[in-house]
Amino acid sequence: MVMSCEEVWREVSNYLEGELDPALRAAMEEHLRGCKHCTAVLDGTRNVVQLYGDEKMFELPSGFSRRLHRKLAENMPRPRGTAFGWFVAAAAAILIVGGFEVGSTSVVNRSLRSEHAQPGVNIPGDMTVVVAMNGKNFHVPGCKFIHEKENLRTMTASEAEREGYAPCVRCLRKYLPSVSWFHSPFGDVDSHSADLVEAEDPGEE
Amino acid sequence: MLSGTTPIDRAEKSHEEELIRRIRDGEHELFYELIRPYERRVYSAAFAILRNEADAEDAAQEAVLKAFTHIRQFRAEARFSTWLIQIAVNEARMRRRKEHAEIMEAIDNRANQDEEGSYVPRDFADWREIPSETLERTEIRQKLMEALASLTEKYSQVFVLRDIQHMSIEETAKTLGISTASVKTRLLRARLMLRDLLAPGLGGSWSGRMPFEKGAKPW
Repeated sequence: MVMSCEEVWREVSNYLEGELDPALRAAMEEHLRGCKHCTAVLDGTRNVVQLYGDEKMFELPSGFSRRLHRKLAENMPRPRGTAFGWFVAAAAAILIVGGFEVGSTSVVNRSLRSEHAQPGVNIPGDMTVVVAMNGKNFHVPGCKFIHEKENLRTMTASEAEREGYAPCVRCLRKYLPSVSWFHSPFGDVDSHSADLVEAEDPGEE
Repeated sequence: MLSGTTPIDRAEKSHEEELIRRIRDGEHELFYELIRPYERRVYSAAFAILRNEADAEDAAQEAVLKAFTHIRQFRAEARFSTWLIQIAVNEARMRRRKEHAEIMEAIDNRANQDEEGSYVPRDFADWREIPSETLERTEIRQKLMEALASLTEKYSQVFVLRDIQHMSIEETAKTLGISTASVKTRLLRARLMLRDLLAPGLGGSWSGRMPFEKGAKPW
């Protein structure tokens, strides 16, 4: 097999990847032995791959890790389990729940308005949400799956949960443990994407 | 160069799976340990797309934060690093599109037309093996970044994922939502274009001017 320069250039990348079959590889090497131009192209392309692949190529800006960790710390839920934390949580639960019975685990007993619904996980308590007057779920404002758009009440997610509302499986699906999310990366978290599995909203208004 | 699974890989994966399980169970502070080995890769992925230190850091931070928020959606059959880099690439792409939507669309359309034809090297300067110590020189790294920045997004992204992030062809294809054949075509072209840009300078005495500074690029 005799290869032209153009054919060699087309295969340079595959050659470096080790993906050529033995016959093509042999033909290419035969061509390279007699062609300075193609040898220069192959050597240079190999150098490109080596240089850019070197970890010295990209240096982290000074203080990058510190700033990243600070940003994460600001956005992580507070650590659980400190004595003071439990004290504050218990006091808050008593104040809020008032006469309601508080469970022995000191977690507020949330009985949901829909027996089919499930509580959310790690929903930011101060997130602004809306509920419909006769609904059973709470939603992100603007959720298109709110059927009764009049008579909406705005409150925080914590308040909604305390009142027994469950997170909407569409707009708040990321907080529902059993709703399967697709694996592909989220350019942005758009909970209303049409490509997500649509399940019947349990107990929706 | 191609990825394989070694006992060390498997041990690391197992350790990561354990960390992820514990993070999901509420030990959130372990997330620092999980991402520490990948900070540089997350940043470099963002930087290669945004080409600006401050923007890259913002995008990298946001990507890591999204990975934490969505850790429950990570599926164990994938590599955590691949998933994390995917998020970083998408975050950076999204930011870049917001800023350059119209310009990039025009350039990419033109580049799409070009992809079918073969790429013909423009320069045959001899470029012998160069030691990686060259990269300790700031001006060389700068030249490499300038060359990478001169590629259109469709080529730079494939190059970044395959040759900088060391993803496999299949992982690169999956991350970008394109076929493996397209990855190979774009990768070839990106490598050849970079060689054309760099060989005259790095092969001999660096002239101080990049070839692409002389005039309009053909791609």
